[in-house]
Amino acid sequence: MTDRLVDFVGILREHGINAGPSETVDAAEAIIALGLSDPNRIRSGLAATLLRRNGQRSVFDQLFDLYFLGSELPQQIPEIPLDQLRDRLVDALAQGDPAAVTELARQALTTLGGYGGVGSGQSDRPVTTASGAGWSSYLTMKNLRPEDLQDRIVESMGGSGQLDTAVHTIEAQRRLTDFRTQVQTEARLRSAELRGTDYIARRGIESATDQIDFLGAREQDLAEMRRLVSPLARKLATRLAARRKKAVRGQIDMRRTLRRSMATGGVPVDPVLRARKHGRPDLVVLADLSGSVTGFAEFTLQLVQALQDQFSRVRSFGFVDTCDEITGFFTPGEPPEPGLSTRILRESRVARFGSSNYGDALQGFTDNYLDALGPRTSLLILGDARTNRTDPNLDALQQMCDRAKHTYWLNPEPARSWPTGDSAAHRYAEHVTMHECRNVKQLAEVVSRLLPS
Amino acid sequence: MSKFFASVDEVTARLSAAGYLPSTDIATAVFLAGHLGKPLLIEGPAGVGKTELAKAVAAATSSELVRLQCYEGIDEARALYEWNHAKQLLRITAERENWDSTRDHVFTEEFLLERPLLAAIRNPHSTVLLIDELDKADVELEGLLLEVLGDFQVSIPELGTITAVRKPFVILTSNANRDLSDALKRRCLYLHIDYPTAELERAIVRLKVPELDEVVAASAVEMVGALRQLSLRKSPSIAETVDWARTLVTLGARNLTTGVVRSTLGVLLKYQSDHRVAIERLALLDADTVDKDAR
Repeated sequence: MTDRLVDFVGILREHGINAGPSETVDAAEAIIALGLSDPNRIRSGLAATLLRRNGQRSVFDQLFDLYFLGSELPQQIPEIPLDQLRDRLVDALAQGDPAAVTELARQALTTLGGYGGVGSGQSDRPVTTASGAGWSSYLTMKNLRPEDLQDRIVESMGGSGQLDTAVHTIEAQRRLTDFRTQVQTEARLRSAELRGTDYIARRGIESATDQIDFLGAREQDLAEMRRLVSPLARKLATRLAARRKKAVRGQIDMRRTLRRSMATGGVPVDPVLRARKHGRPDLVVLADLSGSVTGFAEFTLQLVQALQDQFSRVRSFGFVDTCDEITGFFTPGEPPEPGLSTRILRESRVARFGSSNYGDALQGFTDNYLDALGPRTSLLILGDARTNRTDPNLDALQQMCDRAKHTYWLNPEPARSWPTGDSAAHRYAEHVTMHECRNVKQLAEVVSRLLPS
Repeated sequence: MSKFFASVDEVTARLSAAGYLPSTDIATAVFLAGHLGKPLLIEGPAGVGKTELAKAVAAATSSELVRLQCYEGIDEARALYEWNHAKQLLRITAERENWDSTRDHVFTEEFLLERPLLAAIRNPHSTVLLIDELDKADVELEGLLLEVLGDFQVSIPELGTITAVRKPFVILTSNANRDLSDALKRRCLYLHIDYPTAELERAIVRLKVPELDEVVAASAVEMVGALRQLSLRKSPSIAETVDWARTLVTLGARNLTTGVVRSTLGVLLKYQSDHRVAIERLALLDADTVDKDAR
């Protein structure tokens, strides 16, 4: 058990969950205290001792399954015909019966998910790593097409009227997603049996949402990432605003000091300091909306939206090769609609030729909107600084930096590729603080550590 | 140190008796925190029962609950202890003749004002110390907590080091508005409380609002579950579900019609934009026509 635990902690570290030796000791004590009878309790116990932030749990769960459930796989799973499988899946999902759903996930994988000689009645034969055989949740889903079952599930869930149907539809979608996850887990467990736990633990784990690259995000990641971005934007907004806590310093507030001294017979024991007035800073956002950063632009817009909710005075500008104000595309308090970036590209004048040109865009900003910047303004630039080998126009950027109080640049590309290709990032970085901001995790770091008050 | 709970099952049983239904994660983490003698750091969305858990642990172990509510700018004097300057001054003025004895007596117990952290450490009885919304406090407070939570002791320059007579059960909560320091996190067990499963939430509603019809409760929980799947600015929490259940009882709702849901949506959702999303996605728009049809 000790070896297993140490291996497990090791693989957690490889996936970015940094549990130290003292955490491992705690985890061991937890296992002793909890006993081995209930794997769910061990899971909870290890999570409590080894994890330190939200968002690590899904990776943790996947690895936990591999290391602590793998040995308990039931061996004989009957195969059933596809039609029957789908009927039973509809029933189980409509009733929300977790045990039946788990069972069906196993059967579905056995029936539909084997390739290269496993499954389909040949599961007795030993399979070697080299044979290229395995279990695929993708194949299972492709054959099973559970998303076609949604209407039938909703129907079986009963109820009448639009409201019930709407609620049941959302619930059915959630249960289908759960089912999909279970099939994936099962596939991973069986593959681990074939190829060894370590092999699958290193390669077969989906990374935590906060580590998915902005530039390579898939559609299904976007929703989850959006949820993570909006609280960050709120934090970013408070960071950019002048912090209040340092304000009490310096001048003595005579009136309140005298008033308080009445308790001590007129001796001013507790001098009261006058709080410094803090002005509301303005924010100007300048966002790259070009094609090369589409994934990033989605988040940019989320971020811009959230910032507009937080600040009373935000002006947002978008650019591809010219610069135009896009403040009006956002309604305070409402999340940006899907496809907003396309709409902005169509309806505003951010693109003339359609390939990014930072030099012209910055020039456009200094020509038309320079008075948006002032001594209390923070300027936030979002973009990859790939200018298609055009003049980066450092003068314009310098002019903007001079006028603004702070300038920050968030770049969705890894810092090591800044000096490569047509990127002008390293040249801009000489003028402004540029932060690598590839995923939600880094955005969180930038927000919490790098941006000073 | 006396253990607070003997087993996970005992945690579940006693918390349930105190009116708090814990999930496996929660029960296990509470048990381990008591068993290993480590503080328990709880994060999670607002209203899922972080503070309630601390209260329930206090009730279940018949401990005193000492609460430190954090806010921006909270300092040592508010968290730990301060000297009662007014009283000290009075003492000094009262004993003008004998300065030597006065000087020796001014910094004694008599003039010490206990604040929550010191109170929890010095309490000879079983104590649950709740440090609420730690993310609101400044980083400096975390440094202060390291000593208190690591060794359960407090240094007061004038009096010396005060060590805990009896280790309190410490619960820290945070809404993750700010990342807490690694040093602090390392000293704690970590528990993230998320929205409960439908099954657990039904049980919670049944426990808190027993008057509500079981069928209505079940569909109410399902409805809240559906709302949580939508992309809202603030998803409804357990607290909102319970409030909603109470509202439904007050209205005497026999079943969840479009009209009922629509008129009580404000209990669940706190933003105008969220209302709009919910009305659209849950097909609540034509409430009137549907109700007419029903009649």
